[in-house]
Amino acid sequence: MQHKVSEGIGFEPTDEQRELQALAHEFAERELRPIAAEWDERDEFPPDLLAKAARLGLTSYAVPAEYGGGGVGAVTAALIAEELSWGCAGLASTIQATMFLVRPLVRFGTREQQDRYLPRLASEEGCLAAIAFTEAHAGSDVAAIGASARRDGDSYVLSGEKVYITNGGIAELTIVFAKLDGAITAFVVEKEDPGVSAGRKERKLGLRASYTGSLVLDEARIPADRLLGEEGQGFLVAMDFFELSRPQVAAAAVGVARAAFEAATAYARERTAFGRPLIAKQGVSFKLAEMAMEVEAARLLVWRAAAAIDAGRDAGLLGSFAKAFAADTAMRVATDAVQVLGGSGIMRDQPVEKWLRDAKVFQIVEGTSEIQRQVVATYLRHGWTERPRE
Amino acid sequence: MATVEQGVGGGISFGLTDEQKALRELAREFAEKEIRPKEAEYDENQTHPADVIAKAHEVGLMNLHVPEAYGGAGLGCFDGLLVGEELYWGCSGIGTSITCNGLGAGPVVAFGTDEQKRRWLSPLLEEPLLCSFGLSEPNAGSDVSGIQTTAVRKGDEYVINGSKMFITNAGHAAWVVVFASTDKGKGHKGMSAFVVPTELEGVVVEQHLVKMGQRSTDTSAIAFNDVVVPAANRLGEEGEGFKIAMTVLDFTRPGTAIGAVGVARAAFEHAAEYSKERVAFGQPIAMNQGINFLIADMATKIEASRLLCWQAGWLIDQGQRATLQSSYAKRFSADSAMEVTTDAVQIFGGYGYMKEYPVEKLMRDAKLFQIYEGTSQIQRLVIARELLMPK
Repeated sequence: MQHKVSEGIGFEPTDEQRELQALAHEFAERELRPIAAEWDERDEFPPDLLAKAARLGLTSYAVPAEYGGGGVGAVTAALIAEELSWGCAGLASTIQATMFLVRPLVRFGTREQQDRYLPRLASEEGCLAAIAFTEAHAGSDVAAIGASARRDGDSYVLSGEKVYITNGGIAELTIVFAKLDGAITAFVVEKEDPGVSAGRKERKLGLRASYTGSLVLDEARIPADRLLGEEGQGFLVAMDFFELSRPQVAAAAVGVARAAFEAATAYARERTAFGRPLIAKQGVSFKLAEMAMEVEAARLLVWRAAAAIDAGRDAGLLGSFAKAFAADTAMRVATDAVQVLGGSGIMRDQPVEKWLRDAKVFQIVEGTSEIQRQVVATYLRHGWTERPRE
Repeated sequence: MATVEQGVGGGISFGLTDEQKALRELAREFAEKEIRPKEAEYDENQTHPADVIAKAHEVGLMNLHVPEAYGGAGLGCFDGLLVGEELYWGCSGIGTSITCNGLGAGPVVAFGTDEQKRRWLSPLLEEPLLCSFGLSEPNAGSDVSGIQTTAVRKGDEYVINGSKMFITNAGHAAWVVVFASTDKGKGHKGMSAFVVPTELEGVVVEQHLVKMGQRSTDTSAIAFNDVVVPAANRLGEEGEGFKIAMTVLDFTRPGTAIGAVGVARAAFEHAAEYSKERVAFGQPIAMNQGINFLIADMATKIEASRLLCWQAGWLIDQGQRATLQSSYAKRFSADSAMEVTTDAVQIFGGYGYMKEYPVEKLMRDAKLFQIYEGTSQIQRLVIARELLMPK
């Protein structure tokens, strides 16, 4: 779907965008920041939080308006994503997972599937959702997945195990990629489907409040109308998904980077050593200057990719720019933020060490920083700025 | 300014003696057998590794620099590096706990009278006692001269008041060398050093601090409320405290830096191994330049770091001033370790983020090297000063 795109070049959000950004920021400040450390320590997601977010429209903003959602475009979504992750990347990750299912359903779903699932995603109770590609032997190499699907009368039967999935095994709705006759195909799986179960829960370096676990499919039987897109079209569904998800995840990385940068700057202005505030020393202030520049640049790359999506154009190259740069920036900025705080930076009673632990994930999920470079290199090799549409 | 030219003849060599090789092997085996099996659990639970410390003590891997006259091995700085790299390769949290006596006892070794050495050092060799270095305070980290702990002379005693922060092993130490001001008017020239047994009344371990990494090291806040110590516990003269602190830190700096090398090497080994096994797009990921160039850079940084540490240790053992070279070693090794461990997590991809695999811990551990024993920023300050205003 196309969204209103201004002519010429502009860098100012609209009033409507500002409102949503403010809503997300307030939620992040009031509901996420105060509880972030506790749920990071607990390695769990607070049970009432998803509904709280849903009631404010913070899980449904990307669902088309006709289905009860906010119907916002990619740029607006990026503004929201940055604020929520600024609050807590772990809590935000769970909340935002609902939004990930919208594009595959809108682009490849039947009318019936859209009627059935989009309202659920827009539910004010909150709908825990997941999208499952990764397997033990197939991370970057999505084509190497081994999960299988076969036709059996009126159903498909799926077998395999997806690992490291956000909300994996506990989501109400999951889009699963499996090979049907050797060709990757997308399916919608529901938690109650027979043969579907939650595998183990992972313990992670960061993003700890976000549930990461495996989804086990043991001869899981699903009705034929759960096929998403056409048989064998799964790889396309996946690549199309990444085109949107990469800038959104990049926006989340910007949120973490910004949080770290702000905390480091505030500290450097107050902490004195050798008779002056730390910020008076170039060794510190130049670091902060670089952090500021990089966060700004990362955000603009995200906006550019998101704007391309809203204009209905190919955003593969721009999305990879955004994802690689924002993720690498978040890691650098968070690392330097801990450094600026010195000894207190590594203590758990300050939030910066958590942000460093959270930041690392962005260089890995949704396509590692290496894969992003590979994508860019592929565009360069072919002389593309946009991939030709078939 | 090239360092090699100021050496003490004998040419240049990078080979270890058989004795040194044996020492390193002893430490490596200990790290493999006694430290590695406990690494993950003690990190997760923040367990003070008393059992591993006791074993290290038994095997002779603690208190290496205490002179032979007081029962120690009397090793120089360089040989200590050979042991240190291996222990930290095992686990930097446990390694710090084991090697910290080098820092805590350093002031006594360097400035104690014969009687003080006998009194405070010899017991360390008899049982696995721990001692700590009490310099940092909540408002004085890099800015050592800003410390506010005071020591007021009363007859034949001093009364100490103040609090120290981020002190390794303070929660388990038998004694702490406390740096306190005996003359506020003189700034850092009014600082003195005292050996303070922790069993004395008024010594309170306030808080075991919860850290991001090196979690199996006890790091504590410790307060001194009207603690009375005999004047005989003062090390050196009044006003020599700052000099004592800086001298000791000069000696221990390469030892901390080599710890960063150990951590980086562990991360590199894990990552290189994984890159040869993990298959994606039809081949081991090591076949891709995006990965093998990362590995090449990791190895180069580790090699360069180690050589800088070795140079500093060697210079110290020659009796030469090694402030510049120690700072090179600390700054470069610490920053490299952070880069290397971050890249190691990256090479492991999703697995690297999971606690089930050893690399995320190494990344969490690495950060501290850029901070303690002089931040990387302070090291740059020292280097710049040494180069631009040489003594």
